Parts: sequence; structure tokens; C-alpha cells
Amino acid sequence: MAKILGIVSKFYDDYTKTTSKKLKIIDAYLLYIMLTGIVQFAYCCLVGTFPFNSFLSGFISSVSCFVLGVCLRLQANPQNKAQFSDISPERGFADFIFAHIVLHLTIVNFIG
Amino acid sequence: MKTLLTNPAGWKSLITFAILFLAWVSGFSARLFAVIRFESIIHEFDPWFNYRATAYMVEHGFYNFLNWFDERAWYPLGRIVGGTVYPGLMVTSGAIHHILHALNIPVHIRDICVFLAPIFSGMTAISTYFLTKELWSPGAGLFACCFIAIVPGYISRSVAGSYDNEGIAIFALQFTYYLWVKSIKTGSVFWSVLTALSYFYMVSAWGGYVFIINLIPLHVFLLLIMGRYSYRLFTSYTVFYILGLVLSMQIPFVGFQPIRTSEHMAASGVFALVMAAGTFNYIQTRITKAEFKFIFIFATLVTSGIVLLAVVGLTWAGVIAPWSGRFYSLWDTTYAKIHIPIIASVSEHQPTTWFSFFFDLHILVCIFPAGLWYCIQEYNDERLFVVLYALSAVYFAGVMVRLMLTLTPAVCILSGIAFSKIFENYLKEDGPVTSNGTKTVEEKQPSKDKTPSKSSQSSSSGSGKSKKKPPTIASLNSDNNNGEGVGSNIRSIVTISMLLVLMMFVVHCTWVTSNAYSSPSIVLASFSNDGSRQILDDFREAYYWLSQNTDNDARVMSWWDYGYQIAGMANRTTLVDNNTWNNSHIALVGKAMSSTEPKAYEIMTSLDVDYVLVIFGGVIGYSGDDINKFLWMVRIAEGEHPKDIRESDYFTERGEFRIDSQGSPTMLNCLMYKLSYYRFGDLKLDFRTPAGFDRTRNAVIGNQNFDLTYLEEAYTTEHWLVRIYRVKKPDEFNRPRIPVLERKIRNPGASAISKKSARKKKGIIQGKPTVLKGKKPKATNTYTNGI
Repeated sequence: MAKILGIVSKFYDDYTKTTSKKLKIIDAYLLYIMLTGIVQFAYCCLVGTFPFNSFLSGFISSVSCFVLGVCLRLQANPQNKAQFSDISPERGFADFIFAHIVLHLTIVNFIG
Repeated sequence: MKTLLTNPAGWKSLITFAILFLAWVSGFSARLFAVIRFESIIHEFDPWFNYRATAYMVEHGFYNFLNWFDERAWYPLGRIVGGTVYPGLMVTSGAIHHILHALNIPVHIRDICVFLAPIFSGMTAISTYFLTKELWSPGAGLFACCFIAIVPGYISRSVAGSYDNEGIAIFALQFTYYLWVKSIKTGSVFWSVLTALSYFYMVSAWGGYVFIINLIPLHVFLLLIMGRYSYRLFTSYTVFYILGLVLSMQIPFVGFQPIRTSEHMAASGVFALVMAAGTFNYIQTRITKAEFKFIFIFATLVTSGIVLLAVVGLTWAGVIAPWSGRFYSLWDTTYAKIHIPIIASVSEHQPTTWFSFFFDLHILVCIFPAGLWYCIQEYNDERLFVVLYALSAVYFAGVMVRLMLTLTPAVCILSGIAFSKIFENYLKEDGPVTSNGTKTVEEKQPSKDKTPSKSSQSSSSGSGKSKKKPPTIASLNSDNNNGEGVGSNIRSIVTISMLLVLMMFVVHCTWVTSNAYSSPSIVLASFSNDGSRQILDDFREAYYWLSQNTDNDARVMSWWDYGYQIAGMANRTTLVDNNTWNNSHIALVGKAMSSTEPKAYEIMTSLDVDYVLVIFGGVIGYSGDDINKFLWMVRIAEGEHPKDIRESDYFTERGEFRIDSQGSPTMLNCLMYKLSYYRFGDLKLDFRTPAGFDRTRNAVIGNQNFDLTYLEEAYTTEHWLVRIYRVKKPDEFNRPRIPVLERKIRNPGASAISKKSARKKKGIIQGKPTVLKGKKPKATNTYTNGI
């Protein structure tokens, strides 16, 4: 257990040192989204899933926001340039917005 | 000419456009045989329901369609149509209808429905071109496009008039796969969102979307196992999965299935796996190898334990539904036969024979392993996809005839690749090899030759003869190749033989389309000895009779095959139809058909049946009639009522199913037999055969002279194909005739009885009971005018 804690703290130090500010903002956003998802899941475990579609749409929207944020982060990270040869960070952001439009139109329809 | 030659790109796109356009046109025209020979009419069974639902939607609007409760089906239960239908087909044709009417083009909705599948087949061809282009090369794409435009395996489901889900679903399938391959190549969120949207369209169109949602995760899983994880894979799959999940739940019929049933669980499992792989990949870049190993093992053990417990627990608690019957029958081919006779009874759920592989795919089925081999040999991310696609589709096509349809596109793609490769090898060194551009032009030459020949073929065989074309085109092609100055003889021999093979493929496709797949099945055609064609329109005759001569709310009992047609053409209430959702209700109808007349009468009165409709092919030798389907009725009834119906009773002692004098007595006295053969014993078809000779089963019927007590013949069509009987009311039979003088006229004051008999519609006009008696013979006469 102690070993894991050691690794985690080392990981954290490494992260704060090497990550650029832009990516840290995205990471903060991702953390926030993840917390929303966890809160919703905890709520459903404690209270129940009665309007099931509402729960699902809330939870899925959290998950998909997270996924889309991760994708944006991957595409905006200059280290991954080789893998996304023809996708600039701006293009990535435009895609991000497009996906969000589709997602939220669906979620609004589904939330009931 | 010089400028064109110096600009290979211009040539290339011109030829590409020309080929795509011609493929569309020839694919469209090859599907018109049914319209030309018969008329612009909806075919078969399911399309009639789709048509009826579309017409309803166009008339009442989309929201009323979603809330439509159809009380004319499944009497007395009714059916919630909006929640039990894939609405994509109706919405598509409704949208086309709406747009055309907004442009002041007054097309009837029926014509849109009839021509929808041919139009979409063109779009399928084009998306196949794009898919193959992404996978291999534009040349292979053109081959694949030409193949899919005319291949019988796809035409079988998309001739004009075959207005069914598959018609548009194959387009959605191919287009989704194209977008998926595109998104995995680029890693762009944009393409994967489009993939999800196209997947949504597929979900709205066909239950076969499950194929996509299992194949794509399988592909991702394979890539993960092969260590080909990349950020592109991560972005494309996660975005596709999560958007596809929420989009697919928008279809009312699908509902919460994507998170509740086992068929969809693979996708979520792979999603979790991809997320885990992404996390580990990220951590790996941060920490040292030893530490990573430790973390990896620790986390893997914990998560796999949790996932396993969760899945087992949820399945056990019933949150995740176990696999549905149709899917079991995919893995275990004998499952359906044992457990669900209603699935096994549908002929398109039978295992495929080798013959039908060749019949539907012809040369492609021999060539496509070569393409498969090329894809495996020079594999990359997207080629692995098509390999998986082909392998799984081959398996499924072997299990069910119906799933031949999903195999066909994969086979077309791979044969396109194989042919393209062959021609690339054997046409490459023709003349001076100058640049890449001209090479591809040469490579495409054969497919260009093929397309026009194909369209001319289909138009020529539209007028009846398709046999005399090959020599002319073969000479044309050989001229073409000699003109290009082939050095080696072998090269030209191979090329010409390949072209000949392609020619035979075209001829075969046209022949199969025109002979096997272009019959509407509600209008039959027969050829007499002098070659003239006779149209047997008995089905519509009978349905028209029903719609004109019965009460608006009359209930018609028939076997479920004809439910949609009765609802669609006669507009009468049916008990069971092709949406076979309620097995016990079907079993009840099966029981009525296989019981004796008095027992059947009990069932029929309890179900308020007014008319019984049977299909009888004994006069014209039509083999798809109810007697031939009868054993399935018995089996399905036996499944629900094992005490009353036993299949063995319907066989002779030697285990034969016969209708002649040696048939089993149960068989010769059941309702279906009596309804089919009522008064048939008096009918002498021609001079060579005795009276009562059944042409379908080539036997003289066993039980010839019988009367019906509880039913009376209402109508029989011209060729006896459809026979309709009226179920008598309780007061119409078993009454000894009382001479007029002995009749006692009841005291009109006894009105207390009328309360009890008020249910009878025919009504007791008080004090005039003689009216009732006087009606019967008259009614009998008018009803039996059809013979």
C-alpha cells in the first residue's frame, strides 16, 4: 500500500512539473465532470433510479462530456501530433463543439 | 484529346463518376422487373405492414404514428405500433413524400414505398465504393460498387415493391462502416460523431444494428489484443460508443435495451477496456516500468474482479436480460428447432444451403477468399475490420438464410479487392508504364466495360432474352485488350478469362433477378404451353371481397402469414399477424385450425371470429399453401396445448404426412383439412385425373364428401387459392327444421329474454322470429357465388 502511495505522489509531482497550463485547464474540467458523474451515480445508488431515462441521460451526458474532454485533450496535446497528423487543436475544438451539439440535443430529447 | 491525356486526374474522376452513375442506374433498373411484369405494387407480407404504417403516418402525422394503438391487429389484444416498430423506414419514405409534395410533385406514397429500395440500393453501391476505397484502392472500390449494385444476394431484398427494413438498412450498414473506417483512420471526433449518427439511422431502421454494435467492439478488441492501441482508436471508439448508446435509446422500440441486454454488453465492456487502456497508457508515460508493472497488475485484478461480480450479480438479479431466443438460435442452430417452433417455422430462418451461396453470390463466393487473403497479408487497422466483418458474416450467413444479406456486402468488397489485384497484376505492364495515374485508368478499364454491358444486359433481358449477349461483349473486350498491346499470351488469357467470368456473373445476376426474386408473391404468374402468361390475382380478389362484403369490424381468422395482408388490403381485424410477438395467441389459432370442427368452434366463438380464411393451392399446384404449412401450426399449438394437440396424431403409422385415404383420421377431420377441401371432392380438374385430385400434393384427397356444420362457405376465388368461410352464429346450426304449422310463436310479452340475447347483432325483432329463419338460405346463396 505504501508503495502505491509513493508512486502516486511521485506521479503527482511529475504531473505538476511537466504539464502545460492549457492541458491543466482541461484536466480541471475533466475532474469536475468526473465528480458530477460520481455524484449522480451515488445519488442513484442511494435514492434509486426512478425516472430511469433522466438518470441515464444525466449520467451518460457526464460520461460523454468526459470522453469528449479526453479526446480534446489528446488532440490538443502537442506530444500526440504524430498520431493526429491532420487535426490541429483548433479543428479538435470545433469537433468538440460539434459533438457537444449532437450530444446535448439528444440528451434534452431523452431527459424527459 | 491531348489535354485530357495530360491530365490523368480529370480522366480518373470522369471515369469514376461515370461508373458510379452507371452502377446506380443498372442496379436500379435491374430491380424493376417486378414493376414491369406486374405493376407498381407492394410485395409479400411484411412490406404490407410497413406500407400501412407509412400511409398512416403520412395521413395522421409523426406523433400520432408514434402513439398509434392498432386495434385491428391481434384481436382482442391490439398492438402498440409506435413502440414495436423500427420507424426508420416509414420516416424515410414519409420525409421523401413530404419533400416532394413541398416541391409540388404529387407522388402517391405507394410509389415512393415501391421505389424506395431500388433508390437506396444505388446509395448502398456508392457507400460501398467509398468503404472499399478507404480499405484498398479506388479501383477495388469501383469493382465492389458494380458488384453490390447487381448481386442477387442483395437484390433479393431490394427489388421494387419489396418495401422492407433491409432495403434501407444495408445502406445504413455500409455507410456506418465507411464512416467508422474513416474515423479510425483519422482519429477525428467529427467522423466518429457522424458514425454515431449513421448508426442511429441504422438503429431506427433495422434490428440488425446489433451486428454493428458487436462487430465494431470486436474490431477494437482485436486491435487492443494485437497491441495496436492508439489515441486514434481511443477517440474514435469512445465517442462513437457513448453517442451511439444515447442515440440508440431514442428509438422507442429499442428503449433501454442497450444497457440491459447481453447483446449490447460486449460494446460497453470494450468501452471500459479502452478507457482502462487509455489510462494505463497515460500513466505509463509518467512513471518507470517496474512501478507501472506493479500498478498494472494490481488494478487489473481489482477491476476484473469487480466487473465479473457486477455482471454475474446483475444477470442473476435480472437487471441484465439474458440473450433472446433469436440470438441463441444464432449460436446453436438446433436451439430454435427445439425451443421456439415459431422462429424455426419461418423459412428464412433456416440454415443456408451451399446451393444458395452460389445462387446468390455466384463467382464472388469463389473469389472473395482471395480478397480476404490479401487483406490478411497486408493488414492494417481498417483491413482487420473487413476481415472480421467477412468472417462473422460468413458464419451468420451459414446459420440463417436471411443473414445472407449481411454477408453480401462483405463479399462484394473482398471480391472487388481480389479482382482489382488480379487486373493490377495482369494489366500493369501493358505498353509503356508511364505514371501512376494512367495505370489506375487502365486498371479501371474492365470495370468500365462491365457496367455499360450490365445495363444493356438488364434492359435487353427485360424484354425476355438474356442468353445471346456474351459473345459480342467478349469480342469487344478482347479487342480492347489487344488494342492495348499485351506482350505475353498468358497475360491476355488471364485477363480475358477473368472478363468472361465477370460477364457470366452479370448474366447470372440478371437471370436470377428476373426469375427468382422479382415475383410480388401476392400476384402469381403462370405460363401456359404456348408461352403466354396468365396472371393469377386470387389474393387481391379475396381481400377485395372481404373489404366489400363484410362488416367493417369483422374479425378474420387466418394463419399469421396473411395477417399483414388482410390488414393492409382488406382493412379488416385480424387475430394474429406477421409480428409474431404473442406465441400463445398464435398457438390458439393453430389449435383451432388443427382441432375438429366442434372444438374449433368453441375457440372461434371465444375469440369472436366472424370469418376464416385459408389458402389452398391444390387446384393450381401452388406449394406455399396452408396444408403444407399445417405441420407448423400443429407444432406451435402443441407447444402451448400439449394435452389437446399431438403432432404424432397427424402422421400415418409409418410417419408420413398424407392427405389421401391413408392419412391419419385426425388429419382428415381437422378444421384446416375441411376448410381446404370442402366440396373439392366434386371438382374434376381435367380428364386425366380423378375428382378431388390435389395437384400440389399429387394425391386424391382422402375425405371427400363432408359437410360443414359450424361454418359455411362464403367465398372462394377463381382458382380456389383463397377460401373464406363464415362462422355461423349459435342460432344458425343444428336446428331441426320445424314445419311452419308446428311453429310456436312466442308471446311478444316475454321481453325478459331479450336482455339475454341482446348481444346478437342480427337482433331479435320482437314478435317476428320468422325473419331470422327466412334469412339463412338466402344468405347462403349470395355467399357462394364464386364457384
